[in-house]
Amino acid sequence: MIDATHYSSLGEMLRDAFVQFKTNTALVELDRKRENARLTYLDVKHAANAVATRLQAAGIGAGDRVAIVMTNQSRYLIGAYAAFHCGAIVVPIDYKLTAKEREALLAHAKPKAVLIEYPLFRQQETFPPALVIVSEAPASADLGKAERWEALTPTATEPTFVARLREDPATIVYSSGTGGRPKGCILPHSAYLSQYTALTELFPMQSGDRYFSILPTNHAIDFMCGFIGPFGGGATVVHQRTLRPEFIFDTLKAERITHMALVPMILTAFERAIREKLAALPPYKKQLIEALMNVNEALTRKKPQRMISRTLLKPIHEAFGGELRMLFCGGAFVDRERAEFFYKLGIPVVIGYGLTEACTVATVNDLRPFRGDSVGKPVRGMEVRVENADASGVGEVVLRGPTLMTDYLDDAELTAETIRDDGFLKTGDLGWMDAANHLHLVGRAKNMIVTDGGKNIYPEDIEGAFADVACDELAVFAANYIWKKRELTGEQLLAVMRVAKNDDSEKKMAGALKDLRERNLRLPDFKRVSGVLMWDDAFPRTASMKLKREELALELSKKATAASVSPL
Amino acid sequence: MSEQDLTARLIDLAAKRFKKSAESLKSDDDFFQALGIDSMQAMELLTEIEEHFEVEVPDYELQGVTTFAGLAEVVKRRVP
Repeated sequence: MIDATHYSSLGEMLRDAFVQFKTNTALVELDRKRENARLTYLDVKHAANAVATRLQAAGIGAGDRVAIVMTNQSRYLIGAYAAFHCGAIVVPIDYKLTAKEREALLAHAKPKAVLIEYPLFRQQETFPPALVIVSEAPASADLGKAERWEALTPTATEPTFVARLREDPATIVYSSGTGGRPKGCILPHSAYLSQYTALTELFPMQSGDRYFSILPTNHAIDFMCGFIGPFGGGATVVHQRTLRPEFIFDTLKAERITHMALVPMILTAFERAIREKLAALPPYKKQLIEALMNVNEALTRKKPQRMISRTLLKPIHEAFGGELRMLFCGGAFVDRERAEFFYKLGIPVVIGYGLTEACTVATVNDLRPFRGDSVGKPVRGMEVRVENADASGVGEVVLRGPTLMTDYLDDAELTAETIRDDGFLKTGDLGWMDAANHLHLVGRAKNMIVTDGGKNIYPEDIEGAFADVACDELAVFAANYIWKKRELTGEQLLAVMRVAKNDDSEKKMAGALKDLRERNLRLPDFKRVSGVLMWDDAFPRTASMKLKREELALELSKKATAASVSPL
Repeated sequence: MSEQDLTARLIDLAAKRFKKSAESLKSDDDFFQALGIDSMQAMELLTEIEEHFEVEVPDYELQGVTTFAGLAEVVKRRVP
């Protein structure tokens, strides 16, 4: 495994990995039953040379931005390394966003090059003035000024390597892309190098390990666990072009996957699949497995014992390919019972807590012993404090350490609101520390929700979707922000609507509600509001008519109850 | 097959998979809401649809599709 403390940049570290592990398999790309690619570290380097040569010919160098709009695939990592090689900053754009949302983020990021897959390219109407390289376009497609990835020829000749300093930006990662105010976290090389060191100390990845990348690579977790981490250790990263559960299980087996990172929604799907299998067993077999789960739990109380668990619960482990060592789970609230269920089966779920603003994770469980009730201990180098704690010890979680972002791109105001002068980053999350220095999250102080799929949703970003609803005022809130709750499950969005009282206000209100409902249904499921609260008083606003959200939330919490919300 | 027939077949498949009555589901219903499923379960449904119609629909074509009618439109493009 490469020791990252000696390097100044990700480019420098990865470049050494290509030499050190040159004959190891770096990338495997599968598509249903087909295999698209199986590349050694040397193959990856040669493919990246071709991209870097083209980027440099377009004048892209130190500090320029290269956006990547791709699903999880080998070219994502090839393109990202090529950008690092040129000294450029990688800007991952969430491929799951709508074309309009991606266009808005690209306009904000102002990249000099965009690497994009054809189906995503086709959906977009506008592009920034940049070199656009399209992957997998059909031969007959008219790409306009854009170029074809396939026309680039892999080469053993290395283009000029552009050195960067540790404090130079490595990436700009958007922590929310749902419209509204773009939050582009500028993360320096030092943040990644420090995070890599802290994480591989706990969970080393090395030659022979096989990581299955299914979380989007633009997500902080996959960028670290599915790129920097395994590449630093000479491990293999497996991509699959479909997320159908049955193909995920096929790949777990075929590629003998050892590590995987998930969000709670996928963990839920896994549990469902296991429980369906267990339910189909004859009662005596079911009882036997349940008994073996209890034996396994007793034997692995202090630390995971891979071989014991695999022997005891062979059929379950075989369904997961037989070699799965651990599942990293983060991005959203992980249900304790679900994590414990997997541990009973002998598959440790490593629960962590982090945010894009802090690179990947701030706290993580170290499995010594396994715990499902906390989000773990601070990683090395990270200071975690709970401030302004109430009588029960719960307060706002603030972080300081080498993995924090430096700024939000072009938003000094938001940066100043988030990072204090003493260097602490305000997370907006509420939690408490226990005697074993484990952090427990219990709620949020900020107006925001996180979906099971790990998406951050800022209510004010959703308001645009309801801009034309014929009411007098409308605002969207996280319900838990108004009526504070000490739990992170069932987070919901809520619309607050005002229709001024007059002769035809009833008719107007009915029309507005119908419109709100219809518009709500047109939104993707994770962006929908679950209920509406009708409000008679004018919303508090500043002199420039900007909504005073905190004040309105306070008013609502005093004068209304969650029971007065009508479901949509 | 007409789009209407196709939608009805999709509703039947979904109703069977998630144990709902087909009569309670309408073509303009949001299937996440009507079936009470998450996006991983929607993927499972899509696999069943693929097997039933012997077609292959790439994951990205499902993006933004939330109603049975919308789903029928995607499948229709691939069914002869």
